[in-house]
Amino acid sequence: MSSNPPALAACRLACRRGDRLLFRGLDFELKAGQVVWLRGPNGSGKTSLLRLLAGLSTPAEGAVTWGGVPLRQAGADWHRSLCYLAHANALKDDLSVLESLQFLARLHGHAAAEADCGEALKRVGLFSRRHAAVRTLSQGQRRRVALARLQLDAAAPVWILDEPYDALDAEGTAMLDAALSAHAARGGSAVLTSHIDLTLREPVPTVLQLDAYRVQ
Amino acid sequence: MSSVFATIVARDLRLAARRRVEALLPIAFFLVAVSLFPLGVGPEPQTLRQIAPGVVWVCALLAAMLSLTQLYGTDHADGSLEQMLLSGESLWLVSAAKALAHWIVTGAPLVLSAPLFGILFDLSAPANLTLALSLLLGTPILSLLGGLGAALTLGLRSGAVLLILIILPLCIPALIFGAGAVSAAEAGISTRGHFSLLGALLIGSGLLAPWATGAALRIATE
Repeated sequence: MSSNPPALAACRLACRRGDRLLFRGLDFELKAGQVVWLRGPNGSGKTSLLRLLAGLSTPAEGAVTWGGVPLRQAGADWHRSLCYLAHANALKDDLSVLESLQFLARLHGHAAAEADCGEALKRVGLFSRRHAAVRTLSQGQRRRVALARLQLDAAAPVWILDEPYDALDAEGTAMLDAALSAHAARGGSAVLTSHIDLTLREPVPTVLQLDAYRVQ
Repeated sequence: MSSVFATIVARDLRLAARRRVEALLPIAFFLVAVSLFPLGVGPEPQTLRQIAPGVVWVCALLAAMLSLTQLYGTDHADGSLEQMLLSGESLWLVSAAKALAHWIVTGAPLVLSAPLFGILFDLSAPANLTLALSLLLGTPILSLLGGLGAALTLGLRSGAVLLILIILPLCIPALIFGAGAVSAAEAGISTRGHFSLLGALLIGSGLLAPWATGAALRIATE
């Protein structure tokens, strides 16, 4: 990573869902080494904001920039810098755990050798189930497979995680905390949502209350 | 860059191999539907020869439609589609990969089994060869246009019917020139014109359909 990594920033952002404005006038900057915890009640637009930040949808007003360049123009450079984990795990029931992880990694331009993926699965405690079909996994185990991508995508400076703690047990939560701490220590940054209180101690998460930008 | 293309094709083929029964359904439909015509129309060889090209082509078209509704549906539902959009690769490439995988699973078996029906309908050897060749050029067009329809109707409740209503009219040129080539061969006339037009349709849809599909996917995931 370069000594001065580009920052993800949003300027006067507004989001529309149907005919309703969810929020407006949101300014946001994600600095290196920072973990932002996005908070707000259900339906306040947390997932919508994460999708805007990832470049999956376009804002009703304002712009999201990566290193000063709008996301659409940053293109491949931005996609290489991002690891986005949606609420859905993007796993296929009919593939094995290892195959699913390899597919996701290759999709994002990693060589994804079996050994590397095996190592990532070992970290999330699913190495012994690597040849099992995803169909046979529990919700928590599926979440862990999705999170194994963070181990492979460690070099991506920005992580955008939608409810990453969902369905995880205490051990899984600790594992994710450790991954986030290591990521921040490398100079990476993350935005995440979580409906349960974070146990992350290092770095202390910066809270962004989406309520403050709600359109009445 | 083409590794994303190969990755998507390989994954879709693997998924089809895991769900063999589902993957074989369009072929089974094709076999049954084509076999019904001689029973319904009567075993008069002259009549059969005359209707053979149209029957085989129309059934191939319907068989290709059958498997299209799920082309992007499951990827959309489980979040894989979003990951594909974020791969940093052009959506043209992603859509083309999905269409190619669809063709290998449904189109290629249709091409291979078509000569069997040529014999069933008492087509002459040159006409039978023309039938297989016209399907070889024509079925990729159906997969490409079908991918566009699947992307346009993604997430709609009555998507399956709407998809067929959108795509069938677009497939008419391929149907006309494909079936026309076989009739021409049967009558002993040159098929060059038909094949040139089919080839042009394939190139045109190969260039434009994945591009339009990519735009439709972007709108569907907004």
